[in-house]
Amino acid sequence: MTIPFFAAGDDPGPDFAALIQATSRTGTEGISPASNIQPSGDDPINAGGLMIPHGTTCTAMKYTDGVVIAGDRRATSGNLISHRDMEKIFSTDKYSAMAIAGAAGPAIEMARLFQLQLEHYEKVEGRSLTLDGKANQLSGMIRQNLPAAMRGMAVVPLFAGFDERKETGRLFQFDVTGGRYEEREYGVTGSGSLHAATVVKLGYRIGQDRDAAVDLSLRALFHAADEDSATGLPDFLRKIYPIVATIDESGFNQVDDDEIEAKYEVFLEEIAQQGLPA
Amino acid sequence: MMQSSYVSPEQVMKDRADYARKGIARGRSLVAMSFDDGIAIVAENPSNTLHKVSEIYDRIGFAGVGRYNEFDQLRIAGIRHADMKGFAYSREDVDARSLANQYAQILGQTFTNEMKPMEVEILVAEIGDGPEDDQMFHILYDGTVDDESGFTVLGGDASAIAERMAEDFEVDRALSAAISAARTALAGPDRELEADDLEVAVLSRSNGRRTFKRIIGDELIGHLG
Repeated sequence: MTIPFFAAGDDPGPDFAALIQATSRTGTEGISPASNIQPSGDDPINAGGLMIPHGTTCTAMKYTDGVVIAGDRRATSGNLISHRDMEKIFSTDKYSAMAIAGAAGPAIEMARLFQLQLEHYEKVEGRSLTLDGKANQLSGMIRQNLPAAMRGMAVVPLFAGFDERKETGRLFQFDVTGGRYEEREYGVTGSGSLHAATVVKLGYRIGQDRDAAVDLSLRALFHAADEDSATGLPDFLRKIYPIVATIDESGFNQVDDDEIEAKYEVFLEEIAQQGLPA
Repeated sequence: MMQSSYVSPEQVMKDRADYARKGIARGRSLVAMSFDDGIAIVAENPSNTLHKVSEIYDRIGFAGVGRYNEFDQLRIAGIRHADMKGFAYSREDVDARSLANQYAQILGQTFTNEMKPMEVEILVAEIGDGPEDDQMFHILYDGTVDDESGFTVLGGDASAIAERMAEDFEVDRALSAAISAARTALAGPDRELEADDLEVAVLSRSNGRRTFKRIIGDELIGHLG
């Protein structure tokens, strides 16, 4: 692997994806992103006869100081559970995170490339992208994945972050074409999103604090998992709980398992007393 | 008839080296040294925006003196190399030694084959698990690589500054002491350097994954005392 140099006109600037393309075009080395893989067939779960793991429900919502982003841990291949401890929440830099839903392979690759893209920009330019700039970058990456998405390998992330200029948490939803939609209060993605969205919508309070937002995220994921077979319930036997993270002025902070376990214990106590309608 | 005049290779190399050294001597110098929590780099640089010191990768920092556009081009190429290597293999596979060798090749090739050598001296520093594992590679305009330990000085006035640094150098001191010592050594006996004249950054073992951090503003004033 040699140091890449470019003539002034061919220089890819601070764009890592363009750098990869530029180096593979010159034939020096090629690292092709997973979005180039294009299985045939239109069955979203069983694309091209390959059982590709899919990831499922993620939520993001605002609270007074920032945003809470959360996701369950299950990945499925058809009707089988392929992973019980998958992480769908990625810290993309100090002040932002993305939650992935869709085909796990391309989604994880996209998250990895996106993380690197932001860090690469920051190092080359000496300053970070604005939150809008980051969201636009992600939008472009999803758009590039469109051919693969149409063959069943869709990636539909949520993007949340703390905007240092506006001093507030912000969150964005996307569609498979790269359409970017900023949400005012909350966003959900994945197969269990319908149920999770209802729980969040009913439980959401404008100006809620961190504690309330973390609690509501966990409840939303629980109810999504209760209705959607592709979303995982909290696994009390193996102690595998949803990943929940807050992003505020101090940056990205993952909520530890002990706090999540304690919140679920309260929740289970409520259910024991009030019952859970089937 | 045209008469071609013969110039000996020794003379060509000497002229190029003189040219590069003169260019480098016009700029200001910098000092890099180990301290108890990593490596600190202190540069004399009145500009807040045109940096001499910057981040390459998780545990690797870069510093350059001489012509800004030339060492900045090397800096960006280094970031690209490191990020691509980390993406293709793993983050742990990115190391300062291989990067330093690549830089040395480029500087060496430019020095021998091009009309004009690069008027730069660069430093590639990587922190290890303890001060004894820290690495500092000092690369000259002709591609010569020096593997330094403890401290190293880059720039035109390097030998005088290095002498002043060596007077009371210790590896295991706190950051404030290290920065102050570098400031004194850079300034020399006849002048004073203030916070505004310095660009300071550290690779610090307690900074998490990305160890590079700039020490600026009030924090720098605090360290200078």
